[in-house]
Amino acid sequence: MVARGLAVVDVVVINTMKNKTEKTNIKAALTIATAALLGTSNFTKAETTSIANVEENAWEFDSAFLFYSEADRVSAGEAIFNATKTFTDEEVLNLKLTVDALTGASANGGVAQPNVQTFTRPSGSGQYTIAAGDTPLDDTFHDTRVQLNGQWTQPIAPNYTASGGVHISKEYDYLSLGVNGNLAFDFDRKNSTFSAGFSYFQDKFTPEGGIPKAFSSMLIGDSSLPNWDDEFAKTRIGSEDTKTTTDILLGFTQVINRRMITQFNYSYSMVDGYLTDPFKIISVVGGFNSIDAGVAQDYIYESRPDSRIKQSIYAQSLYHFDKSVLDISYRYMWDDWQITSHTIDSRFRIPLGDAFGRESYIQPHFRFYQQSAAEFYKPFLIDGAALPTYASADYRIGEMTTFTVGLKYGLLVNNGHDLSFRLEYYRQTPTDAGFDEPGVLKGVDLYPTIDAIIAQVTYSF
Amino acid sequence: MIKEMKLVLFIPLIIGVTGCASLGVEPWERDLLAKDEMSLNAAPVDSALDDHIYFSKEASSGGKGFGGGGCGCN
Repeated sequence: MVARGLAVVDVVVINTMKNKTEKTNIKAALTIATAALLGTSNFTKAETTSIANVEENAWEFDSAFLFYSEADRVSAGEAIFNATKTFTDEEVLNLKLTVDALTGASANGGVAQPNVQTFTRPSGSGQYTIAAGDTPLDDTFHDTRVQLNGQWTQPIAPNYTASGGVHISKEYDYLSLGVNGNLAFDFDRKNSTFSAGFSYFQDKFTPEGGIPKAFSSMLIGDSSLPNWDDEFAKTRIGSEDTKTTTDILLGFTQVINRRMITQFNYSYSMVDGYLTDPFKIISVVGGFNSIDAGVAQDYIYESRPDSRIKQSIYAQSLYHFDKSVLDISYRYMWDDWQITSHTIDSRFRIPLGDAFGRESYIQPHFRFYQQSAAEFYKPFLIDGAALPTYASADYRIGEMTTFTVGLKYGLLVNNGHDLSFRLEYYRQTPTDAGFDEPGVLKGVDLYPTIDAIIAQVTYSF
Repeated sequence: MIKEMKLVLFIPLIIGVTGCASLGVEPWERDLLAKDEMSLNAAPVDSALDDHIYFSKEASSGGKGFGGGGCGCN
């Protein structure tokens, strides 16, 4: 598994290599199409396909396709098409379309057992079984998402730049609408910048099978029985729920010298509403003194608080060596669920010159992430013990360490366009935050590692 | 431990704010800083894709930019 992951490769965009003197027909065609969609006056001019005119109204396009695949679990494909136009007075319009599709199996929260387990699908129709010793995975996850972003940035006064944007994202069972705004102030010969921004999201979740009642037992049995639907409905409290997210971001950027720039951010994020995962359950197992110690007696739907406040500080530095560039960042996050996390992310870009007949570079990437568990994280509950106010067995809010290693290779292709490839290996290692395991749970893996491959191709023109 | 870490992180910030006179460059010294690979978000498409992955697989988000909502993946 590790060997496979380390054989990764990667792709991105080499803006610096852009040769603006050469433009191809595809760019002209996209410029016409974009102008037509926006109803701008560029259309007539561009339609003549004068290369000079296209240059005058130049759009920059980035397209990327990413493939993400976990061993034995979820696979996802994601495509991005990004268009940016800079106008003569430094106004910048950015439009982005993202489409992704996800399929495969996802942990349902239950613990592995020494015997076969049967679970009901989130929709309530049908069951799936999990072999002895295996982590319960629900293989019914399929989703397709379309996202549109628009952002407008412009100078509003000497040394002041304002930006505003909108966001819409639609999935089969999810709708998200967002707005954001940012104001930046440059001073000291533009060596220093203060910025302040906000964003607000309004999300609506309409999960398959509806919203389960917190801590109600998963109904398991024959879903073709006449009273099944009525019994299943008793475990539900509605068909949809909402949440809002408000973020405030304060930033300070400082040029240190000719080779170095640094950034510091503080962010404050308030999330309110339905934060529970309606597809996740918790195994209720026999206690230490029970004859069924560690054996699942029940599966109950999880329950999380209806608010979360997250804060983070973020520091980033870029340093230009003679030829290579080091980009390194650190983030510390803490929230009122008692989760804290450390993230270190670094990239080192090494130009290869014309070593392969074309201007190119490679960029190794390393990321390390470590989080502590939420205070209500419980890998399992004990049968007969009093229920806590909140509980979730979702490993993503448990104690965990992850790392990513990757490599990106970028090159300048014909017409000054940039082509890049990225291949990365991502490993999640959930760890035991100090829960004593009764009976049979000692003999199964409660914290399985997850390995994933990330592959991406990007083409910019 | 955490407090110390925060302090270490903010010391450069304080230096940055109070010691501007000794930091920075003149406009004609921006040859390296002007390169795209020296911008703080040098590969925005990569960042957007990575943010989506880690947002849906880990308990943290944001920091560099908005952590936001936007998908039902977490």
